[in-house]
Amino acid sequence: MKEIIIDPITRLEGHGNVSIFLNDAGEVENAYLKIPELRGFEKFCVGRRAELMPILTTRICGVCPVAHHFAATKALDAAFNVEPPSAAKKLRELMYAGYIIYDHTLHFYYLGGPDFIVGPDAPPEKRNILGVIEKAGMDVAKEVIKHRAYGQKITEILGGKATHPVCGLPGGISKPLSEENRQEIEKMAASSLEFAKLTLNLFHSIVLGNSKYVDMIKSDAYTMKTYYMGLVDKDNKVNFYDGKIRVVYPSGGEFLKFEAKDYLAYVGEHVEEWTYAKFPFLRKIGWKGLVDGSDSGVYRVGPLARLNASDGMATPLAQAEYEQMYKTLGGKPVHGTLAFHWARLIELLYATERALELIKDPEITSTNVRNKPGEPGEGVGVVEAARGTLFHHYVLDKDAIIEDVNLIVATTNNYPAICMSIRDAAKGVIHGGKVDQGLLNMVEMAFRAYDPCFGCATHFAVGQMPLAVNIYNREKQLIKTVQR
Amino acid sequence: MAKEKLKLAFYWAASCGGCEIAVLDINEKILDVVNIADIVFWPVAMDIKYKDVENMPDNYIDICFFNGSVRSEEQEHMAKLLRKKSKTLVAFGSCAQEGCIPGLANLHDRQEIFNKVYLQSKSISNPKGVVPQTKTEVKEGVLKLPEFYDTVKTLDQTVKVDYYLPGCPPPVKLIINAVDAIAKNELPARGSVLAPLKSVCDECPRKKGNKKISKIYRVHEKVPEPEKCLLEQGIICIGPATRSGCGAQCLTVDMPCTGCGGPCPNSPEQGAAMMSALASILGLEEEQEHYTDEDVERLMSQIKDPVGTFYMYSLPSSLLRRKVMKQ
Repeated sequence: MKEIIIDPITRLEGHGNVSIFLNDAGEVENAYLKIPELRGFEKFCVGRRAELMPILTTRICGVCPVAHHFAATKALDAAFNVEPPSAAKKLRELMYAGYIIYDHTLHFYYLGGPDFIVGPDAPPEKRNILGVIEKAGMDVAKEVIKHRAYGQKITEILGGKATHPVCGLPGGISKPLSEENRQEIEKMAASSLEFAKLTLNLFHSIVLGNSKYVDMIKSDAYTMKTYYMGLVDKDNKVNFYDGKIRVVYPSGGEFLKFEAKDYLAYVGEHVEEWTYAKFPFLRKIGWKGLVDGSDSGVYRVGPLARLNASDGMATPLAQAEYEQMYKTLGGKPVHGTLAFHWARLIELLYATERALELIKDPEITSTNVRNKPGEPGEGVGVVEAARGTLFHHYVLDKDAIIEDVNLIVATTNNYPAICMSIRDAAKGVIHGGKVDQGLLNMVEMAFRAYDPCFGCATHFAVGQMPLAVNIYNREKQLIKTVQR
Repeated sequence: MAKEKLKLAFYWAASCGGCEIAVLDINEKILDVVNIADIVFWPVAMDIKYKDVENMPDNYIDICFFNGSVRSEEQEHMAKLLRKKSKTLVAFGSCAQEGCIPGLANLHDRQEIFNKVYLQSKSISNPKGVVPQTKTEVKEGVLKLPEFYDTVKTLDQTVKVDYYLPGCPPPVKLIINAVDAIAKNELPARGSVLAPLKSVCDECPRKKGNKKISKIYRVHEKVPEPEKCLLEQGIICIGPATRSGCGAQCLTVDMPCTGCGGPCPNSPEQGAAMMSALASILGLEEEQEHYTDEDVERLMSQIKDPVGTFYMYSLPSSLLRRKVMKQ
């Protein structure tokens, strides 16, 4: 049997590498995506002071620290049995919108988007931020840099630091918003809304205006029928910060809806020997291996999953775009993995609209931002990180020292599906033992769509990945290397 | 004659990605960097392969910025390789400099971490007790994983380091200062930390009154008075033992410094320096000439989790380094 190793960053430790095995006919027998990294937060957070968890857990991921910060803060609200004042919840949600603005912008322009904007057929050395600048123009590039920075600035004003914020406390946040800062954020949010519109226009003209791209989004090679999970508000609209967790069937329609505190009854994690990452699954169905369909417990999270799991967006412009996406791609749910990119931009638009709503709310500058925590106990906090549903679960002792921690990190939820997407992409392009550049592009695009951030170790699909495919014969001798 | 451009490299080992975001946060200044330098290796953004680094002549890279700590055989290999290929190696950020928060894993060993993550976690469904292996036979062949070490190491515990850029992540201002110093060829003596000599307290606008404290409050237990030193209000703030350069950012939202800037120049053991600072202001309500053991015990027992508090970022680089391992 031939073995093909795709080492995404051509380093063995590269935080993710793929081994593809071919059978004697040269067809793909199986593919494995290995995550070679672990840090052990669940262990070393035990024994720490509970109130430090929102600061400790931000170091799980420097790309999405705000998600960990507020998943932790909400877990502490629950553990200390305290409800934050309404203004504190709004400030947390506002900061969260700032985070979605910078993170989704980062992904679309710097990381995953270049595949589309510059074009999947473009040479790899052009499919990066510089290629985007070339295609979209310097004026767009300046807007990109400016608004990514605005998203960071909004989180910095409220959180102290943008990367690794510190403001979250059980029962509220550490400081109210001043009128001066409110005005600054309002300007940035208004400008971000225009930027989100510009980005969608760009997507419409470059991507949707090209029937070849639309066909690719709808193609079988990029289609996978799974369950979808996301947080929804009381009207079943997408919400990043709060709500109930809703899961829909691969055929659409509600399968589950549950409170964060009950997550253990619904989500389990499977372990394999060949990777440091775990495989989450829906307990009601069970772990059936890396297969899709309604008989498999595999589910997906993230932008497309959130839209599939909801009944719509809570703001008008995003709702209109939501309707257009489903109309264009043939109804709900959409199973095309590449539609994650479109869904991500709809969420960017929503985040800017929501930030503007919140910053204009008269209560946003209220000084009542902290309630007194109660006795320490146990709590679960769930938010929607940019890359999907994020679970933090803590048990505190009587002195509010951490006794137990459980974390299910956003990308981990998608790990089974990403493994399958890579395998299917490989099956689509490798025939008769023939491997060419197409494999590299297909595999890369299949997992970039998820914006994966492993371990939330971030590293593995961030940016332009040099790829190398080594093909081995049955005696494990290297017979061919394809790389770029 | 045009001056030859500098050759820069960026690399990440065990880190969270925040250091990479910090580089992006210099925003348009990145264009200045491109003017003075060619980036010859940056896995996040560029198509240069690991093998190409091996093929570089020794000392080919002028300056290599290395973030993340070293906790697997592959990371150790890359640290050694980049040291050989670089004239100047910079430990970029707290993980590379001192181990940072993930360095608290040194309170445990691999076995304990594996047991927790794969066998005991609440959401785990693992009746056969499977844990990851460095080598696994599957029906199609053999799959390999790099070995996970018992101990998180800093970069300078692995190879010789020339400069340190502290912070979690390093503040944008310090990154820009470093870039300017590189551009002007004005880097200080090797071994230097590229940050101000003063402590966070020196950058903090809060008023200090040289007041003693007798009771310690945790951040969720007390709403602090604005504009007044948090430590003097009984909230443990690591500012006195932490190097500045961040503009005391955490204090701007009324939260204490937790020490991510690393130690001050004259007290390299950050945890000990902070305990000493705290000891000098912590006392009983009524001044006494002599404290009984019980008095001291009562005062000290207010401090929960001292190792996690005083060594939150610096455990691997401290004298403590890690929990003693059974042979």
